Amino acid sequence: MKPHTLSILVENRAGVLSRVTGLFSRRGFNIESLAVGTCEEPEMSRITIVCIGDDAQIEQVMKQLNKLIDVIKVSDLTDNERVERELAMIKVTADSGGSRSEIMQIAQIFRAQVVDMGTKTLVLQIAGNTKKIDALETLLRQYGVKELVRTGKIGMLRGSKTVKSGK
Amino acid sequence: MKTGAKLLIEGLQREGVETIFGYPGGVVLPIYDDLYDSPLRHILVRHEQAAAHAADGYARASGRVGVCLATSGPGACNLVTGIATAYMDSIPIVAITGQVPTSLLGNDAFQESDITGITMPVTKHNYLVKKAVDLPRIIQEAFYIAGTGRPGPVLIDIPKDVSTGTVEIEPARMETVLLRGYQPTYKGHQRQIDRAIELIMLAERPLIYAGGGVVLSNASGELVRLAEQLVVPVTTTLMGLGAFPGDHPLNLGMLGMHGTEYANFAVTECDLLIAIGVRFDDRVTGKLDTFAPHAKIIHIDIDPAEIGKNKQVDVPIVGDVQNILGEILHKLQKTGYYQNWLEKIKGWKKKHPLRYKDDGKLRPQYIIQQLSSLLEGEGIIVSEVGQNQMWTAQYFCFRKPRTWITSGGLGTMGYGLPASMGVHYARPDQPVFDIAGDGSIQMNIQEFGTIAQYQIPVKVAILNNQYLGMVRQWQELFYDRRYSFTELPPVDFVKIAGAYGIDGIKVESRDQVSSALKTALNTPGPFVLDFRIEREENVYPIVPPGAANNEMIGGNSS
Ligand SMILES: Cc1ncc(C[n+]2csc(CCOP(=O)(O)OP(=O)(O)O)c2C)c(N)n1
Ligand SMILES: [Mg+2]
Repeated sequence: MKPHTLSILVENRAGVLSRVTGLFSRRGFNIESLAVGTCEEPEMSRITIVCIGDDAQIEQVMKQLNKLIDVIKVSDLTDNERVERELAMIKVTADSGGSRSEIMQIAQIFRAQVVDMGTKTLVLQIAGNTKKIDALETLLRQYGVKELVRTGKIGMLRGSKTVKSGK
Repeated sequence: MKTGAKLLIEGLQREGVETIFGYPGGVVLPIYDDLYDSPLRHILVRHEQAAAHAADGYARASGRVGVCLATSGPGACNLVTGIATAYMDSIPIVAITGQVPTSLLGNDAFQESDITGITMPVTKHNYLVKKAVDLPRIIQEAFYIAGTGRPGPVLIDIPKDVSTGTVEIEPARMETVLLRGYQPTYKGHQRQIDRAIELIMLAERPLIYAGGGVVLSNASGELVRLAEQLVVPVTTTLMGLGAFPGDHPLNLGMLGMHGTEYANFAVTECDLLIAIGVRFDDRVTGKLDTFAPHAKIIHIDIDPAEIGKNKQVDVPIVGDVQNILGEILHKLQKTGYYQNWLEKIKGWKKKHPLRYKDDGKLRPQYIIQQLSSLLEGEGIIVSEVGQNQMWTAQYFCFRKPRTWITSGGLGTMGYGLPASMGVHYARPDQPVFDIAGDGSIQMNIQEFGTIAQYQIPVKVAILNNQYLGMVRQWQELFYDRRYSFTELPPVDFVKIAGAYGIDGIKVESRDQVSSALKTALNTPGPFVLDFRIEREENVYPIVPPGAANNEMIGGNSS
């Protein structure tokens, strides 16, 4: 059992996301993370789903996904060279001068950006892999994380290989 | 200029639809208005569930797509059990539902229900139509999706303003339906076919395990040729009955929970299992690790998701069963002789036949045998669910595909009577018998109204044991005979039939069986037979839940 990153190319139509996510819950799979958006093809969307399962379970879920009429292509990126990123925004308490500069230092080390500065809070934005975001969150805890929002992971194969239609 | 309703009716006609089963209501009024003077035959059922089952029965008997129609909200929801039944057995139907106008969607409007959401898990695909102009394309796609690949139900939800909406220029019909996300595989992979043939050459104790996929792909002829050329025995699933002639010397009958002892022995001892159009359902395999424990497995199926789903296989071949069997036959050199194996099976058949106590009492197995010999290979048999279904599967000799119509995957009580109506319209030349239980028949007994109104010549044979017999049997065997809520008070079904204007006979003794069946067969129109059978008769043999297939009870070996 390990996390798998599935890249799913779908028709950009109403209800597609619920067909896909419904299939996961119906077949007893938990979705660890989910990201959806339009893509290079105007009438398609790309969904990236991270889920945990053994090889047979993942194979079954991919085959079931493939049976959905609106699913054009399903790929498991897990065992390939790939780039994966997640974006997070963290609203952290920064009401004293000391903590404020410490937080900004941490942000710099993590290459996180300050995207909002209030009188009592800072909002940091960070992109990276899951571990990096987790690490930043852990460090910021001591100052008080008021709110955290993550996009869900997106992934792409390295090199010229792509996840394209023609399944 | 055409309305959406008109486009719908014309679309159905272009798909070759002649008969639809439906029930009207508010938002489908525009559709019904166009139906009124259309050449389509509309059969008014008494409950929408029956419309879905009738469409399903029509599809199973004909091999074509069945069609049902219901209004929004309660009408659409009433279809759901029927759609799920078709889905589980891969039956091609198109269900059309009315919906509230698009302006009210999501508004909790009167009789609104999110039927595309509700049926998502039980349809192959579904559509909510937003514009009348999309209807022709959607209808064409729906029939294509329902009837190709692994068949299944497709639902089209049509808001009222879409059926009243008008289209100036009618879109041209697509020459072929092209869906980039749907490209079923029909041709088997050559390398895999070669590997399968290698395994067949090496086998000493091969067995064919054939299922509903053989029927769906119209591959019975190929199956018979394969079995005969190799001289290999064939066992079928519940859904596969009829795919291989019941009276063929190589036929082992059904395997699994209520299979024959010899089929279950054979599957346990075989060294090669050729699984064709099957899905290794738990009612077939029993305890999975003891299913075909010595066998290499070849699995032929059109749905890649069935490969390896329950059981790891050695040679998967994805594609249309008929195609693949054709290719195997084409390439196969060997006309095999597995003499010792065949002898062994012959011995089992002799020593462990299906049997019941034939003591002069009115037992259901006898009724089925009598019907089987009366019909002599003619006719189409539909069943309800429970003991009645299993006795029919065991004791009726099915000789041809599409002559056995039953809800296998979902096991839907109440399926039989409405499905029989669809069967009749698919095959008006054939006598149709619905073998029913007293419990099941009461789940859709209102359809007596439909068969009476249209004089649909369905013969309903109720095996009346005044029990939910199959559940009672499990209570007897596995719950210490505690008959918790499974006894049904006696019902006079002949009287009920009479109230609808349908003739019937109550049969209380064995010597009346044959003449009663003949009377039913020879009376024009519908007929009801109320057989008062031995109340606590059981279906044997049975593989207890969780046991291995060769650990059957109630057979000859226990
Ligand atoms: C709709 C539905 N509800 C419940 C069941 C569970 N069930 C399976 S068989 C059975 C009893 C069927 O009784 P009857 O129709 O009298 O048939 P018998 O077994 O007595 O022949 C029941 C309740 C079912 N299969 N379908
Ligand atoms: Mg009963």
